[in-house]
Amino acid sequence: MTVMSYIQAITTALREEMIRDEKVFILGEDVGVKGGVFRATDGLYEEFGAERVLDTPLAESAIAGVGIGAAMYGMRPVAEMQFADFILPAVNQIISEAAKIRYRSNNDWNVPITIRAPYGGGVHGALYHSQSLESIFANQPGLKIVMPSTPYDAKGLLKAAIRDNDPVLFFEHKRAYRLLKADVPEEDYVLPIGKADIKREGTDITIITYGLCIHFALQAAEKLAEEGIDAHIVDLRTVYPLDKEAIIAAAKKTGKVLLITEDNKEGSIIGEVAAIIAENCLFDLDAPIMRLAGPDVPAMPYSPPMEKFFMVNPDKVEKAMRELAEF
Amino acid sequence: MTINRHDALGLSDADVLEIYRTMLLARKVDERMWLLNRSGKIPFVISCQGQEAAQVGASFALNRQKDYVAPYYRDLGVVLAFGMTAKDLMLSAFAKAEDPNSAGRQMPGHFGQKKNRIITGSSPVTTQIPHAVGVALAGKMEKQDFVSFVTLGEGSSNQGDFHEGLNFAGVHKLPVITMVENNKYAISVPFEKQIASENVSIRAKSYGMFGETIDGTDPLAVYAAIKQARERALNGEGPSLIEAITDRFTAHSSDDDDRTYREKEEVEEAKKKDSIITFANYLRELDVLTNEIEQEFNREIDSIVNEATDYAENAPYAAPEDALKHVYEEM
Repeated sequence: MTVMSYIQAITTALREEMIRDEKVFILGEDVGVKGGVFRATDGLYEEFGAERVLDTPLAESAIAGVGIGAAMYGMRPVAEMQFADFILPAVNQIISEAAKIRYRSNNDWNVPITIRAPYGGGVHGALYHSQSLESIFANQPGLKIVMPSTPYDAKGLLKAAIRDNDPVLFFEHKRAYRLLKADVPEEDYVLPIGKADIKREGTDITIITYGLCIHFALQAAEKLAEEGIDAHIVDLRTVYPLDKEAIIAAAKKTGKVLLITEDNKEGSIIGEVAAIIAENCLFDLDAPIMRLAGPDVPAMPYSPPMEKFFMVNPDKVEKAMRELAEF
Repeated sequence: MTINRHDALGLSDADVLEIYRTMLLARKVDERMWLLNRSGKIPFVISCQGQEAAQVGASFALNRQKDYVAPYYRDLGVVLAFGMTAKDLMLSAFAKAEDPNSAGRQMPGHFGQKKNRIITGSSPVTTQIPHAVGVALAGKMEKQDFVSFVTLGEGSSNQGDFHEGLNFAGVHKLPVITMVENNKYAISVPFEKQIASENVSIRAKSYGMFGETIDGTDPLAVYAAIKQARERALNGEGPSLIEAITDRFTAHSSDDDDRTYREKEEVEEAKKKDSIITFANYLRELDVLTNEIEQEFNREIDSIVNEATDYAENAPYAAPEDALKHVYEEM
């Protein structure tokens, strides 16, 4: 075990996969000489050279599209979008192409690409460096969307994404990059894509969330434990396709469910989670499904008080959890 | 007297006859699809007619055992030259289970067949350019000696993926040949309302690559241009942008009526340069295409098209619930 930050776990996973399989290569803006604007590819250019850590022109549709072409040939590209907010010019390539290529060719072609993108707020990033854009892609069968919450999960899931034979969007919370540090095994391991993970066992209320909000919920749960409220916390880890079994089991376990996302509430991932629970657990519920999310405004403002107002934080989570427990 | 132009290109009489035969096959498959559409047997057709010379001339200049192609929806001539059969195409037209492109999932004209290195395509235009660039990048990384060849219409050259893809290819000097089949119309919108520059190939300069505009109704001119482009690509001289001037003899598709936006005379005039006729004349004047060979070609192709049609019409559809298959890899 080594103590690693979230971003070190990402870099380690990339490096180990590049050593393991020479078909793995990285492409994106500033990923080469600079090592990435967040330094996720730090040292890889020096170790693997310009061809396998490819600095591309500033053109997201080409980063995705060229990656898709190389993947169809049989390479394992890991494309980096500098910020999730800038993935939008590549949406046609991701949704019209990557997501549909296996299906439209009746399994003749496939696209083993991983597209990494830092997402999330609380970093003074304003509207265009703070967004959670996963819901745009979360009704596109053919895609998988992974959003790890810990360094351990980040390493194991990124390796799984790179080895996956279908396209995976891999969203990394940029505030988690240096905030989170934890023990990560030095040896090779992969975690299953499509499986949720219980981050805290509890009996009174169920919290289902993903990404940085997991930590807000864990912090709040420790406080509430002192008051005798025992929270069960489930990390979706893969937000598309959802682990329905785990969601249903977690909802039935306590009968009280709080769903949390940093995204805007409307049309977000947790809306679908709520629908799954409503369809399957109606008679097991002891309280209405509760949702905590960002407000329905276009994106996060720059000014610190407004940013704080927008963001989910441990206090907001604690308040919601207590309210649910007392219902 | 007609001068033999194909000798100098390294093409034998047998080669040029095969080019002609492939053009004729593309035309006749296409014509049959229109008949099937107008008689209510297939829902849709989108045509290669008028562009066969560019498609087949270019394909024969490529290595058809090695190179990758990312065709667009009119490229019947390209896919036939790369090993797809008339039967395959008819199975696609009838949306039957055995269609190798998609098992009847996609509309006709959405080609793809891995065994022949025909990269699967979609309907949003120009997305195939970055794919072809990616395949070329992979080939370069793997030290392979193939090129990728990608085609599109001139209207599609206005898309962002054209700029992003070609610039990427230019920066990394990748072995990609882009051929714009300029048939002068993007559905109804003519060239002058689509493109501000004098032609499409002039854009090559801004991508640091070779560009030229050629007569796309002459298969030998296209063959020569693509052959040179391939040599440059394999010599590490980077990508090329070739603009082949062609004509579209039909409406945009079976769902379009071109009488609303272009004069009948314009099409009649274009048909005077129909490559199926002009190339046949060239071959006849050189005594390469004899009456005997021509009759044999027609007989053979008619029977291929008939058999393909009958087979496809009688072939089964995929089971309805097969619609659920192949979303992700199935373990």
